[in-house]
Amino acid sequence: MEHEAIDYRAYIDQAATVVGLPLPADYHQGVVENFERIAAIAQLILEFPLDEAIEIAPVFEP
Amino acid sequence: MPELYPDATGIAQSVRNREVTAKAVVAAALARIAEYNPMLNCFTTVLADQAIQDAEAIDQAIATGHDPGPLAGVPFGVKDLFDIAGVTTLAGSKINAARSPAPQDATLIQRLKQAGAILVGAQLMDEYAYGFVTENSHYGPCHNPHDLARMTGGSSGGSAASVAAGLVPLSLGSDTNGSIRVPAALCGIFGLKPTFGRLSRARTYPFVASLDHLGPFTRSVRDSALAFDLLQGPDPADPACTQRPPQPCLPELTKGIEGLRIAIADDYFATNAAPEVLTAVEQIGQALGTTKRVTIPEAKRARAAAFIITASEGSNLHLEDLRRSPQDFDTATRDRFLAGALIPTTWYLQAQRFRAWYRDRVREIFQHVDIILAPTVPCPAPAIGQTILTLDGVETLLRPNLGLFTQPLSFIGLPIMNVPIQRPGELPIGVQIIAAPYQEALALRVAAYLESQHLVAAPVPTLT
Repeated sequence: MEHEAIDYRAYIDQAATVVGLPLPADYHQGVVENFERIAAIAQLILEFPLDEAIEIAPVFEP
Repeated sequence: MPELYPDATGIAQSVRNREVTAKAVVAAALARIAEYNPMLNCFTTVLADQAIQDAEAIDQAIATGHDPGPLAGVPFGVKDLFDIAGVTTLAGSKINAARSPAPQDATLIQRLKQAGAILVGAQLMDEYAYGFVTENSHYGPCHNPHDLARMTGGSSGGSAASVAAGLVPLSLGSDTNGSIRVPAALCGIFGLKPTFGRLSRARTYPFVASLDHLGPFTRSVRDSALAFDLLQGPDPADPACTQRPPQPCLPELTKGIEGLRIAIADDYFATNAAPEVLTAVEQIGQALGTTKRVTIPEAKRARAAAFIITASEGSNLHLEDLRRSPQDFDTATRDRFLAGALIPTTWYLQAQRFRAWYRDRVREIFQHVDIILAPTVPCPAPAIGQTILTLDGVETLLRPNLGLFTQPLSFIGLPIMNVPIQRPGELPIGVQIIAAPYQEALALRVAAYLESQHLVAAPVPTLT
């Protein structure tokens, strides 16, 4: 799968800077592992085709 | 001889009939909490003096001929993310302990108090509700009343354990991805997660605004229905709360299951579970006279989308504290929160759009079916501290996977009742009774029928 080939470390460091979120060195590896897990899960959503007519409702009615 | 652990309905009847005073009921509950909370760790705050005062006011109302309400003298607790006037809302965190006490009770607390119920305290949870275990690194783990070495499940573990142990007959919890249903199943009690937007969340500490629900834990179906009926009603203080008028469920309970179209969820919901869990679902299906199957499409993706939305919104909520004091977060979730703050918007938006697609597919299913049955948890309560779960021979992380079967359903706000299956000599397990949106009454009717057939029940275990 494509996402496994991505090294997320550079993205994480840059995104944290943009968001203004300091990442203490002690937590860095844990954040990377969690982000990799999130990315793998997100892939299930990103690979699923959605019609452009499907939009987010401003109020969600089950 | 009076029942040792009457349900809320039974207590209120005794108080209203002057067979017992509210003060005696509340004093007995406080004594039981004092005795057993040290071994269960389910209450974080006990409001003994206030509870006794409130009970005296109920007794006074009865003495002067006033109606004390349908929950007269019933002690109840709330997950410690509900605002309680005068108490700091911790939400299981160390960080929020520095905040000021809440000025006002949460709407749902107000509604139970108006019905005569007596608030006795706040209950332990996973930090910021981000977990399925209630093993809190600041306040310790909550212990399962059926086996103290086992976890309660979470994140509303304290609320479930206190009801399961007979400390209180009623408590309120929250469910974003399964946090009412998972601990209800592992602790062997009833837990109702209503339709998204059905009950006000005003003045409760949020987790994921798109997915947060509140609901009751009880030991009888009539208590679930009664509490739910009293909690219903619009509330302008919660923008997601429905404008629909309350629809009482209690009068529906006696209608039975005649005419209901019931099916068992297959595919995703029939794999990755211990054999006894799937057997329990089959047995409940048999008791309800159904062998019909239904496939909820793309449940795995639904779970994934709920995960992405949860991580994104949860992290955004806590962004300021993540910047300022990440060291004060629970070590179990700190890095997940930090990572969640970096999720690209397009992932989040795709997850939200998928939610609309998936909701429409499930709506179609409910054109042909009234009730769907599915497991609540993949296994009975694991040991406290256990981190690995083996499902279908494959080792997976325990913490996220306890919500395997709950997460894809709360994702689109369906009303669901966990019914507890008791197995002599073994730990309880749970089955989800799932209905279409705003059809809580149907799920409660099915639960009431199963209870009348003695297939589901929540007896209080002996605590040793």
